[in-house]
Amino acid sequence: MTTTALRAGWDRGVVELRQSFTNGADLWGHFFWPLLMVGVTVFLRDRTFAGFQLGALVLPSILGMNASMAMVSMSQQLTADREDGTLLRARATPNGLVVHLVGKIISVSGGLVVDLAIFLVPALLLVPGLAVDAASWPTLAWVLALGLAAALPIGAVLGSVFTSTRSQGLLTLPILGLIGISGVFYPVTALPEWVQGVAQVFPVYWMGLGTRSALLPDSAAVVEIGESWRHLETVGVLSAWTVLGLLVAPIVLKRMARRESGSTVAGRREKALQRVG
Amino acid sequence: MVKIKDGLVLDVEGLRMRYGATDVLHDVTFQARPGEVLALLGPNGAGKTTTIEVLEGFRARSAGRVEVLGEDPARADESWRARVGVVLQSWRDHGKWRVRELLAHLGSCYTGYTEPWDADELVAAVGLTAQANQKIRTLSGGQRRRLDVAIGIVGRPELLFLDEPTVGFDPEARREFHGLVRALGDTTVLLTTHDLHEAESLADRIVVLDGGRIIADGTADELAKLIVGEDEVRWTHDGRRFTRSTTESTRFAFDLFREHGDEITELEVRRSSLEDTYIALVRRAEETSR
Repeated sequence: MTTTALRAGWDRGVVELRQSFTNGADLWGHFFWPLLMVGVTVFLRDRTFAGFQLGALVLPSILGMNASMAMVSMSQQLTADREDGTLLRARATPNGLVVHLVGKIISVSGGLVVDLAIFLVPALLLVPGLAVDAASWPTLAWVLALGLAAALPIGAVLGSVFTSTRSQGLLTLPILGLIGISGVFYPVTALPEWVQGVAQVFPVYWMGLGTRSALLPDSAAVVEIGESWRHLETVGVLSAWTVLGLLVAPIVLKRMARRESGSTVAGRREKALQRVG
Repeated sequence: MVKIKDGLVLDVEGLRMRYGATDVLHDVTFQARPGEVLALLGPNGAGKTTTIEVLEGFRARSAGRVEVLGEDPARADESWRARVGVVLQSWRDHGKWRVRELLAHLGSCYTGYTEPWDADELVAAVGLTAQANQKIRTLSGGQRRRLDVAIGIVGRPELLFLDEPTVGFDPEARREFHGLVRALGDTTVLLTTHDLHEAESLADRIVVLDGGRIIADGTADELAKLIVGEDEVRWTHDGRRFTRSTTESTRFAFDLFREHGDEITELEVRRSSLEDTYIALVRRAEETSR
């Protein structure tokens, strides 16, 4: 039965992934941000910080930031699925919640990998100062894999806690703030120390650090905290978030799913229709 | 497969539901046998949806014994879930999916538990062949509802739940939907409705729920007998129309002829309808609870 559920979940993820690349609105979402970010890196490529080209510093950071934003898409999609009754359908189907969750993990991470490629390929061609060699790709792969493992369960928790599409909007602000202090668009060492302390608690900073370590020359580590890529710490913090997420997410998800019934979905529908009307 | 005790598909005894200090269900008790179509009939707010959600396993009860297909829905596992179909009121879920694609996907979740429908056959059975490859959000209301039924039965459930299935339907869509439900065959069905005609047309047996209590349980005929409604007798005598309500319409007509012979013309007897019975039942229940 578990194999049935995993296979159905995989199929579901593949179908959802295909859907998100065959309709206008989703395609726009896939291309708009990555291409905007390419523009940003090109714009920054001639500026320098501590002797390094800022464009080169920013490019891998954006990659890391985008990967950690899988958290946001996971959270938003779960909320949307709850609001429109998709989750209730899952509840009415044998192993439906497992199937749904596996499907989401496949479609969100698959979509992310494509988004990263849409950004990375043109950016690599346009931005000088990177050190891409054979060793870059394995590092990039483990940083992204571990980062996703950390981000997706947190996303699932956020998606369960924030019950409406509206309250999901409230999440955007703290997340933008977090990106602002995580050394994505400017090296984190340029910020006050207490801000650096806060940034190092969250995965966004570590994802950016990991991707920078993969794509920049080793000499670029001098602009980082401790003048080091700190791989051990990166693995430590991202793993801690992964474990925490995997412990909390099933509990919160189950609790959320237990609350779903025909009347709760009908109630939300009425509310939403009132909002429109 | 779990053996169903005493041949009962649904066995509900003393079901209670309490929110805070208010009881919305008091001591609800009823059963359903295999293949039976049972309607839970009652005015809005009677507790129908709460009852069906408890039986679907979507809501925890406060007290009472509930067995659905021989198991407690609050503790049942995925193999139980596979034997139960729920027709949900869709809104806009799975809008990007195509009809056939979604049915094939949901059907695949039942593999290993039941023999799910083949997606193409199911699409044809609910009359959506022309829309099989259409995106779900482009379906009309009636088509979408047929898809809901298809989703409910994709795993060939032994028991199907329908909560207020035809709310907001035009008469045409309603008739079409009723045809679909009648075509389900051996499946036991529990449906909730506030529409008496729907209950009468679909159900083998009707359980009337009002104010969280069951006030009647029986076939449409039994319910009509339960409360002796007044029949209406109309006739013409000496060119004048007369109308009289009576519980003894046959006797009354006999006496009428004995007295006036063939001077009586245009005799009409209108039997008390189930609707009158239902209204009388609900009214009586409300008076006693006051």
